[in-house]
Amino acid sequence: MIKDILKILENDARTTTKQIAAMTGTPSAEVAKLIKQAEKDRIILKYKTVISWDKVGDEQVWALIEVKVTPQKDVGFDSIAERIYRFSQARTVYLVSGTYDLLVVVVDKTEHRVADFVSQKLAPIEGVQGTVTHFLLKRYKEDGETLEGKEEVKRQPVTL
Amino acid sequence: MLITSKGQPKKYRNPISQRINRLSPSGIRRFFDLLASMEEVISLGIGEPDFVTPWHIREAAISSLEKGYTMYTPNSGMPELRQELSRYLKDNYNLAYDPDSELLITVGVSEGLDLAMRAVLDPGDEVIIPDPCYVSYDSCVILAGGTPVMVPTYQENNFEISPADIESRITGRTKVILIGYPANPTGAVLGQAKLTQIAEVARRHQLLVISDEIYAKLVYGIEHTCLASLPEMKERTILLGGFSKAYAMTGWRIGYAAGSKEIIAAMTKIHQYTMLCASIMGQVAAIEALKSGEASTTEMVEEYNRRRLVIVKGLNNIGLPCFEPRGAFYAFPSIKGTGMTSEKFAERLLIEEKVAVVPGSAFGQHGEGYVRCCYATSLADIEEALSRMKRFVAKHQAK
Ligand SMILES: Cc1ncc(COP(=O)(O)O)c(C=O)c1O
Repeated sequence: MIKDILKILENDARTTTKQIAAMTGTPSAEVAKLIKQAEKDRIILKYKTVISWDKVGDEQVWALIEVKVTPQKDVGFDSIAERIYRFSQARTVYLVSGTYDLLVVVVDKTEHRVADFVSQKLAPIEGVQGTVTHFLLKRYKEDGETLEGKEEVKRQPVTL
Repeated sequence: MLITSKGQPKKYRNPISQRINRLSPSGIRRFFDLLASMEEVISLGIGEPDFVTPWHIREAAISSLEKGYTMYTPNSGMPELRQELSRYLKDNYNLAYDPDSELLITVGVSEGLDLAMRAVLDPGDEVIIPDPCYVSYDSCVILAGGTPVMVPTYQENNFEISPADIESRITGRTKVILIGYPANPTGAVLGQAKLTQIAEVARRHQLLVISDEIYAKLVYGIEHTCLASLPEMKERTILLGGFSKAYAMTGWRIGYAAGSKEIIAAMTKIHQYTMLCASIMGQVAAIEALKSGEASTTEMVEEYNRRRLVIVKGLNNIGLPCFEPRGAFYAFPSIKGTGMTSEKFAERLLIEEKVAVVPGSAFGQHGEGYVRCCYATSLADIEEALSRMKRFVAKHQAK
C-alpha cells in the first residue's frame, strides 16, 4: 500500500490525501498516517518541483563533475563524499563505477563561481586525485519530464 | 425513373443490399453529430487508451521503415510475429498453438470477428451474444448471414452472462456462443467458475465459442482466465486478441485469431482474398510489443486502476450507482434515478455540462438505463467530469 502511495506522490507531490485515498481505495485517515510515517522514516525525503528556470530568464549554471579519489585507509569513499556533500553547492553526489569515483552535480549562479568551487574547495580535499568538469549546455528531459512543450495528438471525440 | 429523396434520378434500382439494410444504423447518430459540433468537451466517450504507443514500440517500427520493411507479408502474418504470439499464449495461458497453422494475424480484432463469423456461419445459423455488448458483435453476425440471439445481462449479476440463460436459448440452429470478457461497455469479467460452466454448455451442445479477449491484460486485482485454456476448449474456441488496448496501439490495426487448424485455414482463406495481409509496419510493432511490452502495459494498468477506483467511487457518490468493474477501462453506472433515457441523459449532459458519455442503448436493448464512462483519460479530467456530473444529477434527480 505504501508503495502505491509513494508512486503517486513521486509522480505528483501535490496529489492530496483525499485524492490518493480515492486512487488507492484506502481510507483518507490511513493514507495520512502512512505518509506521516514515511516522512518520519525519511522514506519521503522532501517534496520538490521540477522547474524550467530558463523560461523566467533566471539562468543557472549546472556542472557535472567527475571526481577521482584515492580511498584512504580507515576513511574510504564515504568520508570523502561527505566532505563534498556538505557543501550546499553540491546538489547531488553519487558514488559510481567506471573511470572515476564520485559524480557531483553542482548548481550555482555563474561559471566563475563553479570554477572557484572546484579549484578552491573540491580539488584540495585530501584524497581527491583529480576532477573533470562538464558544464551543462542544454536540458532536454528532467526527472521524466521533457522541457520542450508536449505534443498532443487528439483522439476522436467518441469511439465505441 | 427512380427518384431519390433529394429529387435526383437514381442510377441503380436498389443500390444497397438487403443484408446491409438489415444492419441497424447507429441509434445515436444525432448524439454523435451534436458531439462533433461542440468544442472543449471532456469526453468519457473514447473507447481507446489515452496513452500513445510506448516509444520502444514506435521506435521499432520507425527503424523497420528505415531498413525498408515496406512489403506484403505472408497472408497469415510474419513468421516471427506468429512465433512470438505462440510463445506469449504458452507463457500466459499454457496454451500451445502451432504458429504455422493455428494462428492468424488480423487487422485488429475487428477483422478477426468478421472472419470468424464468415468462416463458420451458414445463413440462418444462430449466434448467442450477451446484451449489452460491443457494437460490432451483432452486426458481424448479420453481415455473415447469421442471426444474433441476444442474452440479457444485468447489473445485479455484475453484467456476467448466465450459463443457464445461454442454455435456454439454444435451438437446433445455434452454432456459436460469442462472448467478450473483460467487456465493453460494462467492464464486467467472467471468473474461471463461470467460464467453466459456459464451456460445459458449449461442449454439451457441441457449439463453438468465439471469445473476444482484447481486454485480457486490463484486469484489476484478478487474473484473466482464457476460455481456450479450459479442458477440451482449445479445439472449440476461436480466441481473438489484439494489441489495441494492452499496448495502446489502436491505430496500428493489429490483432490475431487462434484456433483449430481447420477454422484458422478457413479464416485465412477469406483474409487472403479480402485483406491479403495486415500492414507490415503494424506487425513489426506488434513483435516488439510481445517481446518487451510487458513493463509498459503494467505501468498503464496501474494508472487505469487508480482512475478506476476514483471514477467508480465518484459515480456512486453522486447518485449514479455503479457496480465495480474488474476489467477493461469502462464504468457503467445506472442513470435510472434521473428518469431519463440514456440517450436523453447523454445529450443533456453534453449540452448542459459539456461532458460526453455514451448512452448504454448504443450497446443493446439492455444497455438502456446506463451510460458508459471510459476512464482512459486523465485523472484531472475524470475529477472535473465527476464534479460536473454531480451538479447535473442533483439538478435532474427525479422528484
Ligand atoms: C470488445 C472489443 N472488441 C474489439 C474491439 C476492436 O479492436 P481492434 O482495434 O483490435 O479492432 C474493441 C474496440 O473498442 C472492443 O472494445
